[in-house]
Amino acid sequence: MLTNHANLMRFFAEAKEITGRKKLQKMIYILQVCGLPFEEKYQFHFYGPYSEELSLRMEELCNLGFLLETKEDKSNFIQYEYRVTAEGLNFLEQFAVDMPQLPDLFTILKGKSARFLELAATMLYFRDLPKNEVEEKVQVVKPKQNYTQDEVQEAWTFIDQMMTKAKGTH
Amino acid sequence: MAYKDEQLHEEKVFKDPVHRYVHVRDRVIWDLIATPEFQRLRRVSQLGTTNITFHGAEHSRFNHSLGVYEIVRRILYNFRGLPHWNDDERLLCLCAALLHDLGHGPFSHSFEKVFKLDHEYFTQAIITGDTYVHRILERVRPGFAKDVADVIGKTYADKLVVSLISSQIDADRMDYLQRDAYYTGVSYGHFDMERILRVMRPMEDQVVIKSSGMHAVEDYIMSRYQMYWQVYFHPVTRSAEVILTKILHRAKYLYENNYTFKLDPTHFLSFFKGKVSLKEYIRLDETIVYYYFQQWQDEEDAILSDLCERFINRRLFKYVDFNPNVQLQELMRLQVLFQEVGIDPNYYLVVDSSSDLPYDFYRPGEEEERLPIHLLMPTHELKELSRHSDIVDAISGKKRTDHKLYFPLDFLEEKGAAATEIMEILSRQGEIDYAD
Repeated sequence: MLTNHANLMRFFAEAKEITGRKKLQKMIYILQVCGLPFEEKYQFHFYGPYSEELSLRMEELCNLGFLLETKEDKSNFIQYEYRVTAEGLNFLEQFAVDMPQLPDLFTILKGKSARFLELAATMLYFRDLPKNEVEEKVQVVKPKQNYTQDEVQEAWTFIDQMMTKAKGTH
Repeated sequence: MAYKDEQLHEEKVFKDPVHRYVHVRDRVIWDLIATPEFQRLRRVSQLGTTNITFHGAEHSRFNHSLGVYEIVRRILYNFRGLPHWNDDERLLCLCAALLHDLGHGPFSHSFEKVFKLDHEYFTQAIITGDTYVHRILERVRPGFAKDVADVIGKTYADKLVVSLISSQIDADRMDYLQRDAYYTGVSYGHFDMERILRVMRPMEDQVVIKSSGMHAVEDYIMSRYQMYWQVYFHPVTRSAEVILTKILHRAKYLYENNYTFKLDPTHFLSFFKGKVSLKEYIRLDETIVYYYFQQWQDEEDAILSDLCERFINRRLFKYVDFNPNVQLQELMRLQVLFQEVGIDPNYYLVVDSSSDLPYDFYRPGEEEERLPIHLLMPTHELKELSRHSDIVDAISGKKRTDHKLYFPLDFLEEKGAAATEIMEILSRQGEIDYAD
């Protein structure tokens, strides 16, 4: 009961704060693919893997006072920031959440931009395809982002690093 | 004549209570409807356990799929000759519309949660696997089945085509809102679809709405909002869903613990084992599930038997509002007390949250999460709907989460004085709703 809420709070206890909803969506997706027990269901959307379930659960955590959401108007869009509260940490204390890999994985994730995480998450979404087909698919579904070969290569390195770390600490 | 261009000698129609008629002229569409995989959708209800609350809601995924096809057919008729629209994509759009829910199983939501399945995966698998549907699609041209699967999976290159089938104002939503309103009998869910279809315009990446049609779209957004709270997230329906989910959990648990079922759960074995083949998945429909639930009422296991009896005879759990922030300690105390009086809290004390049913509200997509609805202004610029409509803006920001605690009041009443503390705690949560 409320395990999925507790799992997300464990993520926020590690992250302390996250700036940007897109960044959050892609981070949780990548961690899920790495085998962490996030159960939010993802589908492919215009901007890559997206979970409506996660969006709704975030609203619940904010409404419960476990997370603080602040908005900043960036003229052409609004940016959201999420910060864990003391009540959120109290809630988390009631659960035995086991995610030993999270600190190491988050260390790799935290410096990455939303654009980069979108690329990596999209590549992971097509992970059942051969590598060259993954790259082709990225160009098909995201022609306007104009990802360079360097970025794609960096994303492969990042994915390898994440997967290795996830396996290593299992 | 190429198979893709073949037309029926005369137009076929399906009488439909929502759209009056569903028109079919393409041979490919007619053949797809006749496949066993599509006919199976007659035996998968559109709204799962909602008929427990709204007895009229007996419609199936079959009706809905035909409805989505019909809406897309009408949209494409209006798009003929408009800039950005490539009429060569017409048959692809129609096939994707018709087949978009093909992978739904019986009580999809609960099955997916318990057995970690994804109906979208099975939609893809049926379209691209060894099936009648696949063979028909590949007769159109080699690779056509994959294109249909990509449109449904939202990974097709032409985003305009994808947005017709899946976006925040698409044929899927326009059909299910009206159809669910019709069959449940509620007075919400109605909007002027004809008007919306007339003001839809194809653009490079998406369908947009002429700004003069904004009020019709506001009505559609309002319908979604009201249907969510009044129908989709009705607390009594959730009670039935909670029991259904617990039946599946219990049956799986018993299988894993070598329980000998009186009725061998043949159709469930691959689900219990976590290795569901396409053939086994297609074989399971709601008639089969109901048969097992009927039979499992006579099982020796008291929990499985009781839960099935509750589900079949609508003897539902009652509920109170629950706030995980201030009432978590009480929940933990309740878990202990339930154990003490001999009621297993793993099956009989359940918190259900709004995020357990991720029905999608309109999201303005402020940070590129989801593509929003765009209005096409007279100046030809695009404007996000909520930035132009006060009504949509108000709904988009509204608090919309809820948690309830479900439990079998009848069991507690049978326990009498032994359950006094439990009843006191539950009463403190708020008034117990009898969900009748």
